[in-house]
Amino acid sequence: MATETAMRPRQEIKAQQSQQRKLEIIGIIAFVVLMAVVLPLLLSGFRLGLLGRFLSLAIVALGIDLIWGFTGLLSLGHGIFFALGGYAFAMFLQLNSLGEGQIPEFFGLYGVDTLPWFWGPFASLPFTLLAIFILPAIVAGLLGYLVFRNRIRGVYFSILTQAALVVFFNLFNGQQKWINGTNGLKTDTSVFFGQQVGSESMQMTFYLITVAVLVVMYLLCRWLTSGRFGRLLVAIRDDENRVRFSGYDPTGFKVLVFAVSGAIAGIAGALYTVQSGIVSPQFMDIAFSIEMVIWVAVGGRATLVGAILGALLVNWARALLSESFPEVWLFFQGALFLLVVTALPDGLVGWCRQQAPQQVRSLISKPEPLLTYPQIELDPDIQKERQEIGDRGA
Amino acid sequence: MIEGLINGLFNGISIGAVLLIVALGLAIVFGLMGVINLAHGELMMLGAYTTYVVQNGAKALGEGALEFYILAALPLSFLVAALVGLALERGVIRHLYGRPLETLLATWGVSLILRQFVRSVNWAMIVGLGLFCLLFFGGRWILQRQTQWEQTRRVAAPVILALSSAIALAAGILINQNGGTALSQPWFGARNVDVTAPGWLRGGLSLGTTLQFPYARLFIIVLTILCLIGVYWFLNGTAWGLRMRSVTQNRKMSACLGIPTDRVDALTFALGSGLAGIAGCAVTLLGSVGPNLGGNYIVDAFMVVVVGGVGKLVGSIVAALVIGSITYLLGSGTLALILPPAEALQPLVDFFTFFATTSMAKVMVFALIIAFLQWKPAGMFPQKGRSVEV
Repeated sequence: MATETAMRPRQEIKAQQSQQRKLEIIGIIAFVVLMAVVLPLLLSGFRLGLLGRFLSLAIVALGIDLIWGFTGLLSLGHGIFFALGGYAFAMFLQLNSLGEGQIPEFFGLYGVDTLPWFWGPFASLPFTLLAIFILPAIVAGLLGYLVFRNRIRGVYFSILTQAALVVFFNLFNGQQKWINGTNGLKTDTSVFFGQQVGSESMQMTFYLITVAVLVVMYLLCRWLTSGRFGRLLVAIRDDENRVRFSGYDPTGFKVLVFAVSGAIAGIAGALYTVQSGIVSPQFMDIAFSIEMVIWVAVGGRATLVGAILGALLVNWARALLSESFPEVWLFFQGALFLLVVTALPDGLVGWCRQQAPQQVRSLISKPEPLLTYPQIELDPDIQKERQEIGDRGA
Repeated sequence: MIEGLINGLFNGISIGAVLLIVALGLAIVFGLMGVINLAHGELMMLGAYTTYVVQNGAKALGEGALEFYILAALPLSFLVAALVGLALERGVIRHLYGRPLETLLATWGVSLILRQFVRSVNWAMIVGLGLFCLLFFGGRWILQRQTQWEQTRRVAAPVILALSSAIALAAGILINQNGGTALSQPWFGARNVDVTAPGWLRGGLSLGTTLQFPYARLFIIVLTILCLIGVYWFLNGTAWGLRMRSVTQNRKMSACLGIPTDRVDALTFALGSGLAGIAGCAVTLLGSVGPNLGGNYIVDAFMVVVVGGVGKLVGSIVAALVIGSITYLLGSGTLALILPPAEALQPLVDFFTFFATTSMAKVMVFALIIAFLQWKPAGMFPQKGRSVEV
């Protein structure tokens, strides 16, 4: 393949690229129209709320794809960043709905009468909007730096992120006095720009914002993974030692991409929180963070479209299945993990792109004869010669 | 003061022993195959449920049998978990060698299935499963003998799979609906079940006035030591142990020298799973048994493996004891009490009091582990040699 591309003239490649770009833009516009105009007209309010939540989960999936699909870092702790973003926004909303000098109601239950110091800054909207993605990015960057600096990688990294997740869960769960522990923070009745967050018009606004953010995040990830930076990420995934021998220091890149991924998860968490009405330590459940990985795996690693598609499909299946047969869902999910890992390593998108035509054909008829030297078969000179020989034979 | 110290030491060792018995199987499997088995906790759970079944069986036999059911439960738990582990290795993990992250996800899938399995298992399900195995493997076996398997395989394999699963599913659902409560009643249900310790494990050994060592804890410590001795003997005293150590050190070289690495893998995985079963049997003495039993222990056990380093038992032992002791010292607030009541140390006392709950102690221990890894990234006793990855 590589030689073929190298042999083609430059203009042809450029023309193909610009055509691909056109297709992509059309695809994005179609997606936005579908999500923002068509589906709100078709779906009931409840279903649309679900879809909004799934779209924000698709944003996390993009972040996971960035680090797992492209860089090969399997994080089992993205719940941390998701929850941090959610908590940041929920804290702002709680403070925003209060009068001067009041503190949120739940503090009364634990006998706290002054606002804990770290709540203070979240009274301002600009700070909160920044904190939603900078806070998770800092936590991710710090954790990443401490781990990657020592060349800890592979499954060790996965286990450490999972342990970090448990730690954050314990921290948020145990500290009743600070952030209402197990009960979490409710956002439904709080006020944002003079309107109740739980009201229908506000939910619709958040839904539209989610669609917009999803598109922006897709473009961001697309930009990050397309240029030199993206190639470096793939190189780190495929052979990190070689990258190091080539004179790059992978640590910085890995920390950066992990922090970006954390930031994306934080934004998603904030959007998910306002649409589900509550943020609680359950966001940092071990199972939830591993589920995020499977969305990407189902859709297709290292394909951004796949991540979005996988998140939407799996969550939709979950909603449908657990409504009618709650017991089957865990079996189904477990089977999904096994199936994706063993039979569909490239996910749905990868399968459609590469193997589907062949496999379908081989099921129907005989497999195509194997071309051992495709270059010879494709060479115009040889084809011409063959034709001549064939003509003479006839 | 001395008594407090002995008490702290005992509790630390006791927590460490539980950690160690859980981490032992995990460490062996991870050392040999580089595979993280997220289903390890669920294999433990299977061991615990086996103990529950054995206890119920002993109840039916009478008082005398109930006294010693745990001695029968230990080997049975080992066997059940080892068999499930073997099936897991042969069915799934074998296909994923060299892809550790995918293996991790696959074992998580297995753990989800096992968790739901113990919740909803009943006779109808068992019949369905048996029917599926019979049809699927029987069908393959017949086809392999009768026809030209290699040519028809591409079409035949999916067809057999689809047919046998459809028939088994239909049969299971039919039995479930028409078979009466005896067949459709779940065996265990979603609720936790309780295993009562035999009489001689209740109560404790009293020393002096304040010291008390519960027999159940002592039993776990003894059991852990026995398991360690057993594993040590197996690794260093038997032919298969020698092969196992050899594959752990250098897989390719071992294969070149004629060691059947895939059989070593299967055996190791079964052994590790069996140890998980024993651990599950042991933790029934500490609390009730539920589908989520494994999740409480598994993350700590992973930390033991990470801190201990791969490939040496002594690493796991030291790591488990250290993590257990630190968790206990922090979690019980002993450190805050030990400090002399000086004004200058007040912030330190406040600091330790803040972390003096089990969940906050975990936060602190994790911070310490991350700090430790800055100093020794590959654990306490890292593998040495040229084959080790940089």
